[in-house]
Order: sequence, then structure tokens, then C-alpha cells
Amino acid sequence: METVIYILSWIFLLGGAIFLLVGAIGILRFPDFYTRLHAVSVCDTMGAGLVLAGLMLQGGFSLVTVKLLLIFYFMIFTGPTAVHALAQAALQGKLKPVVDEHEQQ
Amino acid sequence: MEILIDTILLVLLMITGFSIVRMRSLLAATMLTSIYSLLSASLFVVLDAVDVALTEAAIGAGISTILLLATIALTTDREKPPQRTPMLPLIVVIITGMALIYGTLDMPHFGNPQAPVHLHVAPAYLHDTPGEIGIPNVVTSVLASYRGYDTLGELAVIFTAGAGVLTLLGYRTRGGNSMDPGIRKLLILRVIGKLFFPLILLFALYVQFHGDYGPGGGFQAGVIFATGFILYALAFGLGNAQRLIPHQLLRIMVAFGMLLYIGVGIESMLLGGKFLEYNVLADDPVSGQHLGIILIELGVGITVASVMLMIYYVFRSRQPEGDL
Repeated sequence: METVIYILSWIFLLGGAIFLLVGAIGILRFPDFYTRLHAVSVCDTMGAGLVLAGLMLQGGFSLVTVKLLLIFYFMIFTGPTAVHALAQAALQGKLKPVVDEHEQQ
Repeated sequence: MEILIDTILLVLLMITGFSIVRMRSLLAATMLTSIYSLLSASLFVVLDAVDVALTEAAIGAGISTILLLATIALTTDREKPPQRTPMLPLIVVIITGMALIYGTLDMPHFGNPQAPVHLHVAPAYLHDTPGEIGIPNVVTSVLASYRGYDTLGELAVIFTAGAGVLTLLGYRTRGGNSMDPGIRKLLILRVIGKLFFPLILLFALYVQFHGDYGPGGGFQAGVIFATGFILYALAFGLGNAQRLIPHQLLRIMVAFGMLLYIGVGIESMLLGGKFLEYNVLADDPVSGQHLGIILIELGVGITVASVMLMIYYVFRSRQPEGDL
């Protein structure tokens, strides 16, 4: 049983790390602000969520689990809100999204 | 492993530092400063200095970013291009840096148990805290009891900073229309702000009163408290925040926290002890220490929270209507 939990926690941790990596690559590679925001939002929902889930399994059931749950609760609210605020600010600042010109023609 | 984490964090710190210097947009530089503080906070956690990490995260990454942003909103977000090539400052900085690095050569290695800092008073603090003060968090016992004078000095610095900002900028009451929209028209931000405002205040109280047992204390709690009210001011407008905590009340609170701290010192003198000697406050020395530490931490928390909030009010009160 312990081995299963151990392996499962590492699957979560590595999965979270992959999401974070993908998000980071997205920030660098995507063409404009809005698509980059899309990449960031993957980081702090799936990435951080999976890492926290993995840590909860590693720590066992204790006060630490409650604290991690609180952090998770905090993250799932603040992450999307921050991204929303950024997108809203960009929209109000009249930042145009980049559109593919080939398809328009 | 720890060396690897240290190295990565230090390299990131260096990169952030260089980026801040090279950045012409002050808005981006402010964000990078916030990242810099967050990285230093992580470094402090790795070094097991959790109290300092909490302070750095709350003050460096939290409130100072907000205050810098408020300053930028008042002034401009572009740095003026330098008038002449900064050769002389560069030479001065290089020479100073080399002197500092030369100075570190004589210092004992990191983590060396024979280092003077580990031989002087630290063993006494670690050894005596359980018996004399009776609280698990030695950092709090050093900060609030053994080194109470130093903490009083730090509080005086914050008090002076608040008084200075108030004297230099002054508080401007807005005539009539103090109901600036804030970000009220954005529903999501308002709802999330409402959701987190009580949680932040609750967390601040936890940090304040749990400071004896875990990382935390007056400084961190005060800043978290102020951040909660700043969030409220952002979500519901400055006018509503000032109806919650009026500016006049803040001025009184700033002085009250400071006076509470000094008052505990004077009270212990009146009861026959020395200044800030908490042993005489209660019947037995240990509960006297507990009482004294809780009271002065409360004083620190009140003053820090109200100074931070007051600086924010002062900055916001000078902004043209409808901004931010």
C-alpha cells in the first residue's frame, strides 16, 4: 500500500512538473500576450495543483495536509483571478491579439 | 541537494538583479523586485530562517510592490535615460564590491559551528529560552524579550517612516466625491476580493498570536493585515475602505502601537524591574514574559499595520479621480 502511494505521489509530482514546464515553454514560444496568458493559467491550476496533490500523498495525513489543502484552495481562486485581471487590463489598454493573416486572406 | 537549490536560487537572484538594473520600464522593474523578494524568501526557507522568509514574502513581495505601484501611478513609469555615461558609479561599485568580497575571505565558512556568531550569545538564548521565557519559537523570544530594545528601535524606524510620508505628502481629503470606482465594475475581482478579505484578516490574526509557537509575529501580521485592507480598498473603492477604517483613526493607531510597546517597558519599570523586563509583569517570571511578549507584539502589529495602510491612503488620496 505504501509503495502504491509513494509511486502515485511521484506520478503526481512529475505530472505537475511537466505541466509547469509546458507552461514555461508556452510563455516563451507563444506569439502574443493573450496566448501567453493561456499558457500561464495551465501552470498555476494543473501544475501547482498536481504538485500539491503529490506533496499531500508524500506527507501522509496530518496537519500538513490541511495546510496544503488551504494553499490549493488559495491557488485555484487566485490563479485564474490574476490571469483574468491581466487579460482585462490588456483589453482595456487596447492590446490587440495577434491573428493569423494567412487564414484571413 | 541543498547546495543545488541554493545555487539555482542565487543564480536566479543575480539574473533578476541584473534585469532590474537594465530595465527602463519602472513597472516591469517593480514586478522584478517583487520576484527578487520572493526568491530571497525561498532562499531564507532553505536556510531554515522561516520567520525572516515570512517577513520577506509579506513585506518585500507584498506590500512594497503595492506601494511602488502606487508611487508609479503618481509619477511616471519610464526611467529617464541617463545624461552621461555612468562610468564613475560603475568604478565605485566595482571597487566596493571587490572590497566586500575581500572582506568575506576572512569570514568563517557558511555553517561553521565555530563561527563567532554561534559562540557568543546564541547558545545562551537557545539554552535559556525554555526555562526563562517558556515559548517554543526562539526567534520570538530573542526578538521580543532578549533583544526588546532593538525591536523597539525597529518599530521606531517604521513609525518615523510613516510620520515622514505623512509630513512630506500630506493627506488630501477629497471634496465630496470620495466614491472612486476602484475595480468595482469588474465583478470577478470584486467577488474574489470579498471572498479573501476575511481569510486574510484571519490569517493575520493567526500569524500575530501564533508568533510565540511558530514563525510569525507582529511585523508579519501587521503587513498581512494592511494587505487585507488594501485589497478591500482596491475591490470596493477607497471611500468604502475609509469608512471602515478612517484616516484619523489610523493616525491614532500608529501612535498607539508605539505607546503600547513603550508603555509595557515603563510598566515593568514601575513594578520594580528594568525597562522591558517582563519578569515582573505577572506573579511568576515565565507568565510575565508571555504577557510582555504578547503585548509588545500587539504593539508592533498595530503600528506596522496602520503605518502601511496610512502610506497607502496617502498615496491613493493624491491620485486623480478614477485612476487605478
